Amino acid sequence: MPIVLKCHRGLGPAVTGTALVAQDNFSARYDLDRLKGTFSRPAHKLCGQSYVGRILVLQTAKGGVASAWMLREMAARGLAPKAIVFDRTNTILAQGAAFAEVAIVDRFEAGDPTTLIRTGDEVRIEPDAGLVTILNRD
Amino acid sequence: MRLSDHEQAMLAGEMGPVRQIALRHQIKVGDFFDAPDFVPVTQAHIMADTESLGEAGVAWLEMLANHSIAERRVCIPTITDPRGTDFTKATVLKQASWMLDLEQRAIDAFVKLGVLMTNTCINYQTVQAATRGEHVAFGDTGVVIYSNSVGGARSNFEGGPSALSAGLTGRTPRYGFHLDSRRQGTLRVRTDWTPTTLNEWGALGAVAGRLAGNYWAVPVIEGIDRAPSSDELKHFGAAMASFGSVALFHMPGVTPEAPTPADAFAGRPAPQAVSIGAGDFEAFYAGYAAAGDKVDVVVFAAPQLSLIEMQQLAGLIDGRHIHPETSLVVTTSPEIKFAADRMGLTARIETAGGIVAAGVCFYQSYAREMAEANGWQRLLTNSAKLVNIIAGYGYKPTLASMERCIDSAVAGKIV
Repeated sequence: MPIVLKCHRGLGPAVTGTALVAQDNFSARYDLDRLKGTFSRPAHKLCGQSYVGRILVLQTAKGGVASAWMLREMAARGLAPKAIVFDRTNTILAQGAAFAEVAIVDRFEAGDPTTLIRTGDEVRIEPDAGLVTILNRD
Repeated sequence: MRLSDHEQAMLAGEMGPVRQIALRHQIKVGDFFDAPDFVPVTQAHIMADTESLGEAGVAWLEMLANHSIAERRVCIPTITDPRGTDFTKATVLKQASWMLDLEQRAIDAFVKLGVLMTNTCINYQTVQAATRGEHVAFGDTGVVIYSNSVGGARSNFEGGPSALSAGLTGRTPRYGFHLDSRRQGTLRVRTDWTPTTLNEWGALGAVAGRLAGNYWAVPVIEGIDRAPSSDELKHFGAAMASFGSVALFHMPGVTPEAPTPADAFAGRPAPQAVSIGAGDFEAFYAGYAAAGDKVDVVVFAAPQLSLIEMQQLAGLIDGRHIHPETSLVVTTSPEIKFAADRMGLTARIETAGGIVAAGVCFYQSYAREMAEANGWQRLLTNSAKLVNIIAGYGYKPTLASMERCIDSAVAGKIV
């Protein structure tokens, strides 16, 4: 039986992908090289790794309001994550995901998703139902 | 969300497709945050530099701007955060023509939408400050934290598309800091030290912001022994928002919603205080230290400088010359730039070799491309917010006082 995690109802389409997880935070402006599609902030735990097409699992959204625009531009250039999973988002990433039509969920019943989901897990995100399923583990 | 008749009509497209698009976006966000309904707002402030928008964002603005005047114009005063370029300084900063083209397209679209191009992140010092209890939809995080905390206004961090939507509909979903229940202190921070310089206020905000750690935290700061100035609270709040994603703080005796510590916690028992002291600040500075290094660019920005800061800077730089291998960049709002020109402050900074750019902020001006074009890496600033942001753009930032920044700019190395 896959592991099913309940969360608050999210935004965006249902998607399946490979998780990239860190106990760290997220800002498109502060943390990313959006031209290369990699984390670029030296202090970030995912520095150097590509986020393109991944299910990003992080603790919270940080930094400024720019991410609200940036996700849509990243999606338009094919350099966006497939979905963003937070323990607790701020307003900006929710607004940005709504604008970009990128899937986003947060507020899990079982706690911080960065401790529940592992890098490399195959994960199904269903924002409307408020469900995240880890497909490769029991 | 419960919708009024007016909002139902807007959603049905009776006020045109632009307001319909805006309200649909707002309902998505409102549902995500369990907003019960909308709250009317009196002003919107849009963060919209073109490095963030990119082609996709600018094309979206142009799509909105392509409708009739009645359909496309904002219905409340709607102003802008800094732009991606100051056209008069683009050549000296080595910004490319494609950046200017994209910027001009965005400006043209905003003007057609009825947006006032204030191009400032210090609207609370230069345009019109929001007052206590006033519901607004503000962009830039420094603007929000200052307006919420110092002014007692009510805003969430509104990203560009959401702030513009609020301008077009005159309302925003009622969630987060529009609610009394979100505005109570959640964290008590005690300091035995009141900063004296702007960079120290920024460092205090940064340390407290890291402690707070997320948007929904409301730190209560105790132990400040005097009323700080507007510029001091500007740097303090901007750093706290940057390091912690914090949108509201209380400072008992200083900020309007907390005459006393008990008020800050709305009468509930105050949590145990977390003390921050000299060791925390030393560790913070040590994270950015680079004494003796060649300095490529010295930046005064983030937030834009007030007229008072412009005067302080001019006073420190009079009669001196910036090292030929170091650049000095100052950013301020268009209104302050006019005032600084008129009062001779700009000329004093430029005579020493500085660049004074208006309507921009350094990190919102294609910082990565400027670094590559100018060969900049080591950056020195008195803005704690900027040192937090700029490393992701390939810079090595160091934080120091305005005085040390100027001394270093003259020496060409960090002194």
